Amino acid sequence: MKAFKDAGHLFRLASVFLVGGVLFLALRGFLVPRSFGQYGHYRGNAIKETAALPISYAGHQVCESCHADILEVKSKGVHKRVACEACHGPLAKHADDPASIQPAKLDTAVLCVRCHEANLAKPKSFPQVVSAEHSGGAPCDTCHQPHSPAIVAVAGASQ
Amino acid sequence: MQIPVEGFMYPNEVELQWSVLIVLYPFLTGLVAGAFILASLERVFMVKAVKPTYRLALLTALAFLIVAPLPLQLHLGHPERSFEMYLTPHRSSAMAMFGFVYLWYLLAVLVVEIWLDYRRDIVVMSQGTTGWKRLVYRVLTLGSTNISEHALHIDERVGWLVTVIGIPSAFLLHGYVGFIFGSVKANPWWSSPLMPVVFLFSAMVSGIAIVMLLYMLMCRVRREPIDMDCVDTVAKYLFYTFIIDFSLEMLDLIHRIYEADESFRSLDFMVHTRLFLSQVVIQILLGTVLPILLIGLTQVVKLAATQRKRIYVAAGCLTMIGIFAMRWNVVIGGQLFSKSFLGYTTYKMGFATREGLLTAVVLTVLPFVILGVLVKLLPPWPEKKSALSSVAAAAYGAD
Ligand code: HEC
Ligand code: HEC
Ligand code: HEC
Ligand code: HEC
Repeated sequence: MKAFKDAGHLFRLASVFLVGGVLFLALRGFLVPRSFGQYGHYRGNAIKETAALPISYAGHQVCESCHADILEVKSKGVHKRVACEACHGPLAKHADDPASIQPAKLDTAVLCVRCHEANLAKPKSFPQVVSAEHSGGAPCDTCHQPHSPAIVAVAGASQ
Repeated sequence: MQIPVEGFMYPNEVELQWSVLIVLYPFLTGLVAGAFILASLERVFMVKAVKPTYRLALLTALAFLIVAPLPLQLHLGHPERSFEMYLTPHRSSAMAMFGFVYLWYLLAVLVVEIWLDYRRDIVVMSQGTTGWKRLVYRVLTLGSTNISEHALHIDERVGWLVTVIGIPSAFLLHGYVGFIFGSVKANPWWSSPLMPVVFLFSAMVSGIAIVMLLYMLMCRVRREPIDMDCVDTVAKYLFYTFIIDFSLEMLDLIHRIYEADESFRSLDFMVHTRLFLSQVVIQILLGTVLPILLIGLTQVVKLAATQRKRIYVAAGCLTMIGIFAMRWNVVIGGQLFSKSFLGYTTYKMGFATREGLLTAVVLTVLPFVILGVLVKLLPPWPEKKSALSSVAAAAYGAD
């Protein structure tokens, strides 16, 4: 078989590819995590691992079960849809053990502008102020009550 | 660092995410596809005149193909993760599947074709060299020194087949890059079914131009006369593909102008202001119309060889600039306007940053360095008859 003999180098090339392919498959079997594809195109165990992470946010229902007085105020104000921890930060530890873990005091001069600083990209209907002109750097809670911030009485300016 | 913004931008649009490296990427892959298609002219379409550029074109394609994914790696960070694309391929992602197109093209087409074409030389050199070079060549022979006439004939036939498979693969490789842009339906600057075709033809233009330039440069360096017949033919092909490319781009433009959809005013404004220099002046006038006119001149007027050479060099360089500008205008231009069509941002390129100018320059020079090494290792020109033919004869006998 002269043809076979003269094509010998092609078989060698093919076997290089073959070895490469087998090596790749072996490597793949070794590297792809066992639980990959269990539920979808991701590592199935990732769900369990994420679920096992410590919880940092308790959720506003939990806060409200103890701080009913705040809820009372807040649910009547314009911030009724803003969750407690959007301002107070993650407080699951405090909710578990309120006696020993005290939430940090908030500085309204930096907190409120996070949402209310005027910005072209925000919808026009969202209440915004240019804080430098509006309060001149004074903490917002000198005039606004954080849990119910609308200032209604002032000269009937807003309803 | 404050980025100058005009009008209204959404916050996530102010800073450009796809940097100069993403400009470089289609530019480099374009050169690969173009160079390969030039090489296949000789092999499959039997254009004998371009033979002197055949091997050079293949090596150029390989050098650029090796570098092509690096800008992406740098852009994404975590290069080690790109391997996962092969381990757990996601079939619904065009970008992920591109990894396979790349691998196929690199391993099944280019490397095999180069190996088959060079096999005789590799065997001869593995016997005529010493030291580490000998070792490299010996590994490259894969342990087979059979260069009998029949074996070489088989190589020739198989190589032809690989080239035939290679042409659609090269089209796929670069059409794919255009496809990725063309299928971003949220971006009116990109979203167009013409995109893959335009990318493909501009790739061919740039690939042919770079091989032509490199061929002339190599002749210069080796102090050998330039084969004018070859360069004339290459230039002729450059001329034709350029005209097709230009017509397609104009077709796209006219279609946009006539259709004038809701994005048109915004894009039109952009082309007349922020992109005026890079699109109208550099890409269209300097980088397309001028080289077409220059080469067109050589097609109608009879000019002396030196004049033609000068014109080819000038046209080739302008072409490279023009095609780079085209990639720039597509990638960067597509991110300068707001999806609200009410504002424009600015691209600020870093210098010595991960995606800065310096990185881009290094990545542009790198393929030439690789090409230098490849040319040293696998000389693309016919070997000096006297020196090696005796060794070849010896090798022949030894088999
Ligand atoms: C188990 C009941 C309980 C839960 C649940 C709870 N708290 Fe408290 N929280 C308390 C008690 C009791 C205090 C008062 C501690 C003190 O005065 O020493 C307190 C104090 C606070 C304070 C500080 C008051 C101050 O005077 O400085 C803040 C702020 C606060 N809680 C916010 C929250 C938020 C937000 C949540 C929900 C994540 C939450 N709490 C959940 C019981 C609870
Ligand atoms: C808009 C931001 C914001 C939201 C939403 C908010 N708080 Fe507050 N809260 C503040 C600020 C500001 C203070 C005053 C500074 C401080 O005590 O840290 C405060 C004070 C408190 C205090 C201290 C006692 C008081 O009345 O001053 C408690 C308790 C409290 N918040 C609980 C809650 C709970 C429970 C919720 C959810 C039902 C909630 N907060 C939602 C901003 C907010
Ligand atoms: C997490 C974002 C967030 C933070 C922080 C926040 N707010 Fe608000 N604020 C809102 C939202 C949401 C509304 C309701 C907007 C609406 O009704 O469309 C609102 C409404 C208001 C209004 C009512 C404006 C009107 O229409 O009259 C005032 C005043 C206000 N906030 C003040 C404050 C002050 C003071 C603070 C700091 C203690 C603060 N906000 C912190 C989200 C926030
Ligand atoms: C000196 C008192 C004062 C301080 C300090 C102050 N505000 Fe006000 N703010 C007012 C008054 C009064 C109004 C209601 C009258 C009006 O609509 O202009 C108001 C209205 C607002 C409104 C509603 C604007 C609208 O268009 O509906 C927002 C939002 C607001 N304030 C946010 C803030 C924030 C954030 C801060 C802290 C940076 C702050 N304010 C500090 C007095 C104050």
